[in-house]
Amino acid sequence: MAKKKQEAVFTPIGLNKNNNGKVDKSVELPPATKKKHKELGLSDDDVIAMFDQMYLQRRFEERAMQMYQKGKFGGFLHLYIGQEAISTGTVFALNDDDDIITAYRDHGWGLVRGISAKEGMAELFGKATGCSKGKGGSMHFAKTENHFWGGYGIVGGHIPIGGGFAFANKYLGNGQISTCFFGDGAVDQGALHETLNMSQLWKLPCVYVVENNGYSMGTASNRHTVGEIHERAKGYGMKSALFNGMDALTVYENMKAIADDVRENSIPYFVEIRTYRYRGHSMSDPQKYRTKEELEQYQKTDPVERMKQYLLDEKIAKQKEIDAIQERIEEDVLEAVKFADESPFPEPDALYEDMFAGTPFIHDKK
Amino acid sequence: MAVLQFREALKEAIDEEMDRDENVFVMGEEVAEYNGAYKVTEGLLDKYGFKRVIDTPISELGFAGIGVGAAMKGLRPIVEFMTFNFAVLAADQIINHASKVRYMLGGQASVPIVFRGPNASAGQLGATHSVAYDSMYAHFPGLSVIYPSEPDDAKGLLKSAIRNDDTVIFMESEQMYGLKGEVSEEKDYIIPIGKAKVKREGEDVTIVATGKMYHIAKQAAEQLAKDGVDAEIIDPRTIKPFDLETVIKSIKKTHRCVIVDEAHPFGGLASEVGFLIQREAFDYLDAPVQRVCLPDVCAPFSKPLFDLWLPDAKNVIEAVNAVMYR
Repeated sequence: MAKKKQEAVFTPIGLNKNNNGKVDKSVELPPATKKKHKELGLSDDDVIAMFDQMYLQRRFEERAMQMYQKGKFGGFLHLYIGQEAISTGTVFALNDDDDIITAYRDHGWGLVRGISAKEGMAELFGKATGCSKGKGGSMHFAKTENHFWGGYGIVGGHIPIGGGFAFANKYLGNGQISTCFFGDGAVDQGALHETLNMSQLWKLPCVYVVENNGYSMGTASNRHTVGEIHERAKGYGMKSALFNGMDALTVYENMKAIADDVRENSIPYFVEIRTYRYRGHSMSDPQKYRTKEELEQYQKTDPVERMKQYLLDEKIAKQKEIDAIQERIEEDVLEAVKFADESPFPEPDALYEDMFAGTPFIHDKK
Repeated sequence: MAVLQFREALKEAIDEEMDRDENVFVMGEEVAEYNGAYKVTEGLLDKYGFKRVIDTPISELGFAGIGVGAAMKGLRPIVEFMTFNFAVLAADQIINHASKVRYMLGGQASVPIVFRGPNASAGQLGATHSVAYDSMYAHFPGLSVIYPSEPDDAKGLLKSAIRNDDTVIFMESEQMYGLKGEVSEEKDYIIPIGKAKVKREGEDVTIVATGKMYHIAKQAAEQLAKDGVDAEIIDPRTIKPFDLETVIKSIKKTHRCVIVDEAHPFGGLASEVGFLIQREAFDYLDAPVQRVCLPDVCAPFSKPLFDLWLPDAKNVIEAVNAVMYR
């Protein structure tokens, strides 16, 4: 009897694969640092501020999600929930004038770089008082005066731009470094290869960071890319790192060392930070590509809860003080919602504004 | 007036602007040690060094994006593409980023960058090396698109482009780099972006043509003159912003118009300007506007087919005859 011909398979099979009931994790988390905050050079106030910031990012987005579901605004809404340790640990490790650019999952980055909850929420609502005057929305938060150059919506499209910031910093000799964040999905774009090659060739002071949250939209990491992501640096002779992104202290420790090296030696770095995205890719994602068990396993490593526990365990703050922070942030976020709701939409004239830094020209405007 | 080649006029513009502003730099394939694939940047490496004249790998997407980022940080990059046919690989940076960053961030950043290089066909180079992209870039809000035809225009407009605070697409032609012409010796010679030039005055018909097509139109006008047809040629020089006023003024005098466009017919300069003319000068027209452009097929290699494909003076004369009912 002729042997049955096997059907060709291309993309590795995901959920339908038999894994004997085990949770098939899309990312494996490396261990967190064992060092205490003081060993890392952080004061008690610093770690309280880190918790404060992470809690703000979390509550801001939880409220944003509610408002989205209530129909207060439209468009896309990509949540950063579960990844807050990365934005927070990084910004505490960088100088305030170091450049940051990221993809469309950008709310947390905006908040930690000084966009107020009000400006952020108003941007989501498309109001004139938003950080980008309502012109950008969820994907284009920015505060360039604080060297946060924004969120970008084309996967991988902002990677060369992050390299361009580093180019300018080196050209100007201003001592600033550039950091460029993107998801594991962007690793598959050609823009990354071109930028890494030029960055190593030209010794650009830039840290390219993959926030590997396990999914490129709905496609698990092992289904969209080959090998270990951080090992790609080897192909470019570039320094690299891999660490845990669910612990803000781990992110701080690593990013601090990397930023020092990049600044001192004018070199690029390729970094993979493993994290986990709790929510769907965007609000319309039914999340059928992962199991409830997988989600629950990762939620146990929640970065905000972890930081809170650290404050308590290390007796940096009492429960009462933590409650007070949480209440204050809760109020701030609710006030931001009210502000966004009550703020005016941009005037019709705004349609034609902000296109040009120089002499404006609008073709066939009547 | 000095007589310069087109490439020399471009180099003078770049040189003067690099000399004036140390944040101006040149980046692209073969621009430094090779002295430029078409020798536009010849000598600049010797004068300004490796920091400001930078050879890139063949990574259009990557180096265009690095240019965009550098411009956002306040530098003034001049990014050379060996041809705009290769810039298609960098389209994401030009179209999705350079042209949109300022608007989508609510005016918080700007992208003062010049993307320049040869546009359109240059002989028998086959389908992928022969496309005119000026109309395509002009489609996108925010981008200025310049496609000059003579060395003088090239110098004055390139200096304007480098000083412009927003993104400029500056187009040249491999076949025009050696073209000689008189160039103003005025110190700091600037031609404002968006101003057309009447390059031949005439009474009978208006021919609109820029870039390489200007020279086709000029040949046609010389032949037509022998037949007693007095053509006016308007070179818009800048595709966007487009100087419609100059064109309309001319049509009110001649009542007839032919647009010569190096692009394919659908949605090109000719179709846009043709539409605007019918709207703004309908009552002045004595004949429907005609266009001469590429056929809606790829560029062929074979010489006879290529000659059939590219607009020539004969095509222009036929179009003029049509609007003059000759």
